Amino acid sequence: MKRTGAQIVWESLLQEGVEVVFGYPGGAIMPVYDALLDYPQIHHVLVRHEENAAFAAGGYARASGRVGVCMATSGPGATNLVTGLADAMLDSVPVVAITGQVASYLVGSDAFQETDVTGVTLPVTKHNYLVKDIGELPQVMKEAFYIARSGRPGPVLVDICKDVQFASTDFDYAAIKVRLPGYQPRLRGADEQIRRAADLINASRRPVILAGHGIILSGAHEELRELAERGNIPISTTLLGIGSIPESHPLNLRMMGMHGEAWTNHAIQSADLLIALGMRFDDRVTGNLASYAKNADVIHVDIDPAEINKNVVTDVGIVGDAKAVLGQLLPLVEYRDRTEWFAQIAEWQAEAKARDILAKQDDSLHVPFVLSELQRQIGGQQVTVVTDVGQHQMWTAQYYRTERKNGLLTSGGLGAMGFGIPTAIGASFARPDDEIWVIVGDGGFQMSIPELATIMQERRPIKIAVMRNGYLGMVRQWQELIHGHRYSEVSITSPDLMKIAAAYGMMGLRAETKAEVAEVIAEARSHGGPVLLDFVVEQEVNVYPMVAPGKALNEMWRRPMREREPVASA
Amino acid sequence: MPLVDHANGHTKKSPHVLMALVENKPGVLTRVASLFRRRGFNIESLTVGRTDNPAISRMTIVVDANKTNAAMVANNLFKLVNVIDVRDVTAEPTVSRDLALIKVKADAQKLFEINQMVDIYKAKVVDICPESVIIEVTGPEAKIESMIKMLEPYGILEMVRTGLVAMVRGSGYFSGLPPMDDNGNNGHHDDNGTGMAIYEA
Repeated sequence: MKRTGAQIVWESLLQEGVEVVFGYPGGAIMPVYDALLDYPQIHHVLVRHEENAAFAAGGYARASGRVGVCMATSGPGATNLVTGLADAMLDSVPVVAITGQVASYLVGSDAFQETDVTGVTLPVTKHNYLVKDIGELPQVMKEAFYIARSGRPGPVLVDICKDVQFASTDFDYAAIKVRLPGYQPRLRGADEQIRRAADLINASRRPVILAGHGIILSGAHEELRELAERGNIPISTTLLGIGSIPESHPLNLRMMGMHGEAWTNHAIQSADLLIALGMRFDDRVTGNLASYAKNADVIHVDIDPAEINKNVVTDVGIVGDAKAVLGQLLPLVEYRDRTEWFAQIAEWQAEAKARDILAKQDDSLHVPFVLSELQRQIGGQQVTVVTDVGQHQMWTAQYYRTERKNGLLTSGGLGAMGFGIPTAIGASFARPDDEIWVIVGDGGFQMSIPELATIMQERRPIKIAVMRNGYLGMVRQWQELIHGHRYSEVSITSPDLMKIAAAYGMMGLRAETKAEVAEVIAEARSHGGPVLLDFVVEQEVNVYPMVAPGKALNEMWRRPMREREPVASA
Repeated sequence: MPLVDHANGHTKKSPHVLMALVENKPGVLTRVASLFRRRGFNIESLTVGRTDNPAISRMTIVVDANKTNAAMVANNLFKLVNVIDVRDVTAEPTVSRDLALIKVKADAQKLFEINQMVDIYKAKVVDICPESVIIEVTGPEAKIESMIKMLEPYGILEMVRTGLVAMVRGSGYFSGLPPMDDNGNNGHHDDNGTGMAIYEA
């Protein structure tokens, strides 16, 4: 069948099962938007800034496990996508971005709204294409989706010249064969390595599983739980590994790293074996590498061979998909009694409880209190929580303990402020039956205010909880602890959030004391539409524990038993 | 811990030679160069050229293992969709060649000496004029380095080198694409645990 380039875009999306596209029209993508009118099966969400189209597509992908799609015009439209693509790149999120480009005969002439988009996005995409010939377009569309979702997922950008969108060619999507000789992701682990890994696991006395985003991406939740239970091995998760195992699971030590739980970091430092599954030993996870888990052998399972031995020297490296590799490994793993190891961990846990900010008896409203109340009300219900980036993000990881599979969506590798609200919009389309909460600071919120209009236009019943402390809190914390209390450009004012809510036509609720928190959360949850919640919280509270940059993972600043200056504890 | 130890006082170079097969498509060299830049890989030399298959180009990349981890370079190259295959041939018996054109000051008096040297190095004088000559020399890098050193006293006016190209000795091959099956798989991934393909003739 003959189809125009513009029609081929939508036909390809239909064949890939795409139901929703996040985008913003403009000159060089107009033929595609014109053709959209003939494809009512696909819902287009008009965002208010292209960056948020990319975040929303990532949010859809993170929440569904399927490819998220965003769309923008050439030049400024495409360059605005960059932050969202970089986020998807670092967190291995499958996204296809479609951008219009000036006509092929104008490429290279500095035409109106021309930018070298494949050049600009080269380092922030898994792969990208500039399509100057209609004959290539069907093949490129199919390859783009295949590359985005397979292997280590990531963003793929397809830049389509405007004349290609008008031109026609024969189109039969099902008949197209993906031929990528240089791209053959390895799924199964090498048998010899699997055997060596099993031997190390069975011989270990103080093992810890490090579960990362790869568990979620490969859907290896059950295999992870089984490995832990069968071998009697504790699990710690990376930030993006949260949701790979219920937070209440008795073997779950919860988050590791810079703001991880103290007992988890101690366990990693004292371990004799690390079983790293779909994680990449990011510097926020390891602290100082020279002193990282010095007595531990390392098994590292990752689908990306370039991650093995990148940061941490590996004893057994297994290139493969986490689910497939765990499937191979499980039959070889044997139960071991590790009473001493668990007793040691329990001791560390008891010590940490006394330092918990929730144990502090006073009336001041702080973010952990809000989150633990949210946690209490949500319990095991079908709720997805999305965070922005900063202190509230770390506190959410610590105090909002999700039981829902993949129940927490957050910007890990890129740490992109302005991520929360658009990501929640995307997630709300992927999980229509979930209650969706956004936890965001007053800084990130003000990067995303325009998307409140998108939420209203699309009738998304999202609950946005702004933790308003009047500071860019995490930067302030670093300035306090590391830069000698010299506050530089961290004080931030906000507009009246109740008036903002009213202006956009959504419910607004405010809590200024601990006593009001439970009530406003309950009221927001019982309201059918979107709600903006303004939590006026203590200005200068720090996230603890904290591993200072360059320090060993066990050298944490801890919340003192009583309030005074932070002290290092070994 | 850093996999490359900068602190142990290595002064001697430790060259690693990588061969890569890449799709002959626009922008592939940019992707490779961009990768080296953003990962901070230090490249001693990079050559690109055609192969017997018009769809495939071949790169020879030399990295100094004291500055850059060769396995990381190989693994990251392999991740690029347009890179078909990568192989570190440092430890294998290879034929490696570099070509240099060297313009040297040479009056009639010196010309005799230079000609003798050219004979010894199996090089060629490819241009001659009253004040200078251009010498073409081919061979492994060490030979070229040695000849440059010998020519320096005469006064090198200009020099250009192609960078190393390499080929493994023996009947194994590293060129062209194996036939694909109907699923588009060329099935050349073995289970050597390196994520890299090695296929023999």
